[in-house]
Amino acid sequence: MSSDRLAVRKTYKLYVNGAFPRSESGRTYEVTDTKGHFQANVARASRKDARDAVVAARAAFPKWSTSTAYNRGQVLYRVAEVMEGRHVQFCDEVAAGEGLSASKARAAVDAAIDRWVWYAGWTDKLAAVLGSANPVAGPYFDFSLPEPSGVVAVLAPQQSSLLGLVSVLAPVLATGSTAVVVTSRDRPIPAVTLAEVLATSDVPGGVVNLLTGDAAELGPWLAEHADVDGIDLTGAPATRAMEFEREAAGTIKRVVRPPATEPDWTADPGLSRMTPFLETKTVWHPIGL
Amino acid sequence: MFEYAPAPESRSIVDIAPSYGLFVDGEFVDGTGESFKTVNPATEEVLTEVSAASAADVDRAVRAARRAFEKTWGPMRPADRSKYLFRIARLLQERAREFAVLESLDNGKPIRESRDIDVPLAAAHFFYHAGWADKLEHAGLGSNPRPLGVAGQVIPWNFPLLMLAWKVAPALATGNTVVLKPAETTPLTALLFAEVCRQADLPPGVVNIVTGAGETGRAVVEHDDVDKVAFTGSTEVGRSIARSVAGTVKLLTLELGGKAANIVFDDAPIDQAVEGIVQGIFFNQGHVCCAGSRLLVQESIHDEVIASLQRRIGTLRVGDPLDKNTDIGAINSAEQLARIRELSDIGEAEGAQRWQPACDLPERGYWFPPTVFTGVSPAHRIARDEVFGPVLSVLTFRTPDEAVAKANNTTYGLSAGIWSEKGSRILKIADQLRAGVVWANTFNKFDPTSPFGGYKQSGYGREGGRHGLAAYLKGADQ
Amino acid sequence: MTHVLDPGALSGAIPTVRAPLAPYDDVTRTAAAFRAFLHGLPGVDQVGAEARVATLGTRSIKTTSKAWAIDTAISMVDLTTLEGADTPGRVRSLAAKARQPDPSDPTTPQVAAVCVYGDLAGVAREALGDSGIHVAAVATAFPSGRASRAVKIADVQDAVANGADEIDMVIDRGAFLGGRYLDVYEEVVAVKEACSRPDGGAPAHLKVILETGELVTLDNVRRASWIAMLAGGDFIKTSTGKVNPAATLPVSLVMLEAVRDFRAATGRQVGFKPAGGIRTTKDAIKHLVLINETVGADWLDPDWFRFGASGLLGDLLLQRQKLRTGHYSGPDYVTVD
Repeated sequence: MSSDRLAVRKTYKLYVNGAFPRSESGRTYEVTDTKGHFQANVARASRKDARDAVVAARAAFPKWSTSTAYNRGQVLYRVAEVMEGRHVQFCDEVAAGEGLSASKARAAVDAAIDRWVWYAGWTDKLAAVLGSANPVAGPYFDFSLPEPSGVVAVLAPQQSSLLGLVSVLAPVLATGSTAVVVTSRDRPIPAVTLAEVLATSDVPGGVVNLLTGDAAELGPWLAEHADVDGIDLTGAPATRAMEFEREAAGTIKRVVRPPATEPDWTADPGLSRMTPFLETKTVWHPIGL
Repeated sequence: MFEYAPAPESRSIVDIAPSYGLFVDGEFVDGTGESFKTVNPATEEVLTEVSAASAADVDRAVRAARRAFEKTWGPMRPADRSKYLFRIARLLQERAREFAVLESLDNGKPIRESRDIDVPLAAAHFFYHAGWADKLEHAGLGSNPRPLGVAGQVIPWNFPLLMLAWKVAPALATGNTVVLKPAETTPLTALLFAEVCRQADLPPGVVNIVTGAGETGRAVVEHDDVDKVAFTGSTEVGRSIARSVAGTVKLLTLELGGKAANIVFDDAPIDQAVEGIVQGIFFNQGHVCCAGSRLLVQESIHDEVIASLQRRIGTLRVGDPLDKNTDIGAINSAEQLARIRELSDIGEAEGAQRWQPACDLPERGYWFPPTVFTGVSPAHRIARDEVFGPVLSVLTFRTPDEAVAKANNTTYGLSAGIWSEKGSRILKIADQLRAGVVWANTFNKFDPTSPFGGYKQSGYGREGGRHGLAAYLKGADQ
Repeated sequence: MTHVLDPGALSGAIPTVRAPLAPYDDVTRTAAAFRAFLHGLPGVDQVGAEARVATLGTRSIKTTSKAWAIDTAISMVDLTTLEGADTPGRVRSLAAKARQPDPSDPTTPQVAAVCVYGDLAGVAREALGDSGIHVAAVATAFPSGRASRAVKIADVQDAVANGADEIDMVIDRGAFLGGRYLDVYEEVVAVKEACSRPDGGAPAHLKVILETGELVTLDNVRRASWIAMLAGGDFIKTSTGKVNPAATLPVSLVMLEAVRDFRAATGRQVGFKPAGGIRTTKDAIKHLVLINETVGADWLDPDWFRFGASGLLGDLLLQRQKLRTGHYSGPDYVTVD
């Protein structure tokens, strides 16, 4: 089917603090599909964009982390609902960006949506599964609860542009942290669409900040940033991950090391992506009259 | 006037040899590094000379641990590992007095604390973890939790035996073997513990003790065949350890510094709060990472609390650590004393008011009187830097929000205290504090069932409870 | 050797004279005001209080300090007999023991008082003669306190007339637990007035028994202590000895904190008497340590501290003999009451 109508092309921007700014640097870079066809000019985030994103994530943290687990679960489920409405668009973008067949792209999108649903169901189970009442040898009520680490920087997987992205982002949100994500450098389009989903769902501004650009460039700034509590190095360039980890040590960040090769994102993730960015708080109180 | 006559605990129960070696592969062997002396900080008397482990010695210890992991401890039936740990726990109880006296001699802490807290808690840690050894699949840490292998552990001088127990008990219970480096100034109870391992017939190589200073610690941490590093100590060293394990597959647990806020609301049980303030900062001479070193007191009761606190501090008994009535013992080392003095002088120079009780300190040894700084601003270094000594900084607040803001205004996040008679307020404040352990209407309580560890730059990973096991298992989800 | 950092830390430079109860002179103006005041006192965390006394309980009191503590404790004993079967003969026997606790050692101090029912106060007075040992009589329908105000007052007046120079009254626990604090207060005030002598002689000292075992919580102990002190009680006393638990260390701690705080605020020093359940030298020494480190030396005196006990003296004497002779003694070497 052809049309005489000239398409309206989208400008691909960053997603910071609930808004869609261009990079303060004014930079963009060209993104192609796997066949090398031009897809879009995408904003290339700078260190200052990363800085702004951290500020936004920090500002969003108190409210997000103290919202009820039930509420967070609903917000995450809402993301899945809104994604479902863009199913076709995601399939097209994943297929083009990752060079997948339509059916494989569809499977990836389905899994990504389902992953939100899965994590949505976790929010109000974590305290029961990871918390404890501790039978101390004395007249004290003593309990431990999981709490979010704070602001988590995520270097998203480079290959799996949507399922991989959701698989590293959703657990950060489910556990109550806020996120600054550097998306896949070469496959950022689904991430931008996800930003649009997040902006039109119930996720408060600043809770997720998506920076299109290069993890190799932004990684060190996030790893060193003193107001970042944890960093997921999954999408870090193999040659740079160790350096980023060393930089993260400067403020004792919680670090998720990159896997040797990008994992099969369809596998059951278990708790392994939630616990690294959870703290355990233990509270003691006397039991007396 | 009721004077308490000296009531010294007898030293005769301990038998300190003129020199000590390392404990590697079940044997006491000489280290090839340069020997060092360990002194009684209360008298500056040299207690004995201890071998320092060189990198080659550490390598031997790691190889012994690896062998034990592969040949004996790893393959052993979990129920038998459990029984070994029970044995160790019992031996610690049987030899409790000996451990307590030796700890007080080497560390300077009052015998009342080593006898009633350090040693019983160390035994309790072994008892608790002994029970886990054959129940790990029920710990909620995945269906197939497996040991990591060899754990390299470096511990501080403030609770030498207790920190050893916090490290060794969970590591062994989960099926790992260990190479542990005690602190340079307090190696003796770790070496006595080695003897306990022999008495328990623990297979050689399961526990290896390598004494020495920072170099030895580095050799342990950086050894290629170590699978797990656990460190308790300063944030500065913690950072360098985190850097050194970067890019490896070693798992890391860090328990680092702190600058805990102890928040006293106007509806607090004042007498108990004053006790809690004293416990919080003067327990173990303030050589406590979770010490309540920042008193945040509501402005409306500031004068009353400070007056009560000063009166109470006046009744503290400072002196011979072996005297059963001593409340505050010696500062652990000349180096630490210098740091406490330096930070206290800075506190005064910055404009805070120093208060110390009329005080008669022994002439020899390392001593520092209990000290309270009032009029401290959050900008002062004594409100920010960890002093690790008996020095309390007093700040005030007007509203709960201000209390929380000030309490959280630190790069640390290990512990905090809340004093109030209002339950809902306690829970709200506890929720808002960014700290791993929150003591409400109590302070400085520890238990093997209770996870301990920090937020932010106080470290990561937990020790104690089910959570503590996760740090020594793979396939563990948490 | 350990050093007490500041031996004067607990002793204020406050005169021990009776002063008006400012700044509390208006707290009893209404029942509501009194309730508000009492409930405004700082709470007591039971676990914290127990932990504090447990730590103090580890104090090691040996050799010279132990000898001092034993003699001090003996001099603080209110040697007590409060049985339905008490007779003049038994009271005379007790008085003899009070004057000379250890016939084998005349250096043994005599006790502070003999404590009896009011009808036997005269017997005790006569038997004690000019020994300087006080005669304490329990009154106010001891131990329950369940009688009309008039009967209680008559009970007190009778005991005073019989020669008691110390009156151990009980508070109305029913009124206290029912929240009628002002009634409790007014009754203590009335009893205090009844302690005066018609002949203008020195009024009997009033010890106010809170019966802490029935008050149950330490918050209640603190409030009841303040009622008794505000009403003019010269001593506050834990228990009748007829109810369990009686004088526990946490209760003593809270009551000592009360007399400490009361003196700091008003300038008036009030004495403290734990009674019931203190049977051994160890118990007594724990109390002396508690005083020493809570309120200080000002209270380490029979004028300000008493042990209400019957069996305690025997154990103190056994321990005293052990210290003197170097070997353990036995019950045959201590006189029976």
